[in-house]
Amino acid sequence: MNLKLNGEQRRVEAGSSIPDVLAILGFEVTRGVAVAVDGEVIPRSGWDSFLIRDGMQIEVLRAVQGG
Amino acid sequence: MREKLQIAGRVFQSRLIFGTGGFTSLKVMGDALKQTGAEMVTVAMRRVDPMAGGSILEVIESAGCDILPNTAGCYTAADAVFTARMAREALGTEWIKLEVIGDDKTLLPDGPELLAAAETLVDEGFIVLPYTNDDPILAKRLEQVGCAAVMPLGSPIGSGAGIRNPYNLAIILENAGVPVVLDAGIGTASHATIAMELGCDAVLVASSISRAKDPVRMAMAMKMAVESGRLAHEAGRIPQRLYAEASSPTEGMPEYNRDG
Repeated sequence: MNLKLNGEQRRVEAGSSIPDVLAILGFEVTRGVAVAVDGEVIPRSGWDSFLIRDGMQIEVLRAVQGG
Repeated sequence: MREKLQIAGRVFQSRLIFGTGGFTSLKVMGDALKQTGAEMVTVAMRRVDPMAGGSILEVIESAGCDILPNTAGCYTAADAVFTARMAREALGTEWIKLEVIGDDKTLLPDGPELLAAAETLVDEGFIVLPYTNDDPILAKRLEQVGCAAVMPLGSPIGSGAGIRNPYNLAIILENAGVPVVLDAGIGTASHATIAMELGCDAVLVASSISRAKDPVRMAMAMKMAVESGRLAHEAGRIPQRLYAEASSPTEGMPEYNRDG
């Protein structure tokens, strides 16, 4: 299936979970990371069970330097 | 007993809030942070390459500081609310430095969007610290919707122009029922001192330290500047006069021989 992952089109296997997607992005440690799907924040406790579907837009943010 | 800064029930020993933007490295940032004695430190939320080295959270936590995420870069209430929710989920804090800006040239706050975002976030249980204009009415409105503090600018972000409108700031301070944190515009130590002398409860300092030639040294200067200004405020300054007022006694003067 196709996803828009942090603004880029990515092809991932059907049935991928949020942790799978984070692994694709290269996150080994997910502390301090937040994930939203189609504009809705997905709580960490729901990452494993969340069903990602074709065409979804996923944002992954974390803390960086900023005033 | 000196009064301490208190925001939303949290007592702070330091009246300096540390902004982390603009440092050339996490090492310099960490060294500067320690010099300021700050207990609350801002971060931004961004898409980021997970391979990028170093963790800002580790540096902040090893310094024993609280994290204050911001919504920098947001132009609408909706974007700021989304960013705040992401920050809460990522960092496990209800605290948010709310920024909603109007354009990228001035980075001045967009009042209507800011107020709308503040209202929503307060309703959702956030502790909202809004970066606002030096507008006494908007500051009051933000307080009325439940913001835990108001953070008026001295001048535009990163401008280093100091406090351009101390008169408006004085009105904000007079009317405020919540702490007032001067945010943005501080360029050097004297600006921070002036803010504190005027009666601000705290200052937020970022670029003036991070972009100084020697950030660690400027961090030391800022710590002292904030403390000096606060002490002077508590001590109560003398009134300004147009003419002199002698400090030596006028009684007991000798009769000078003016003929010789």
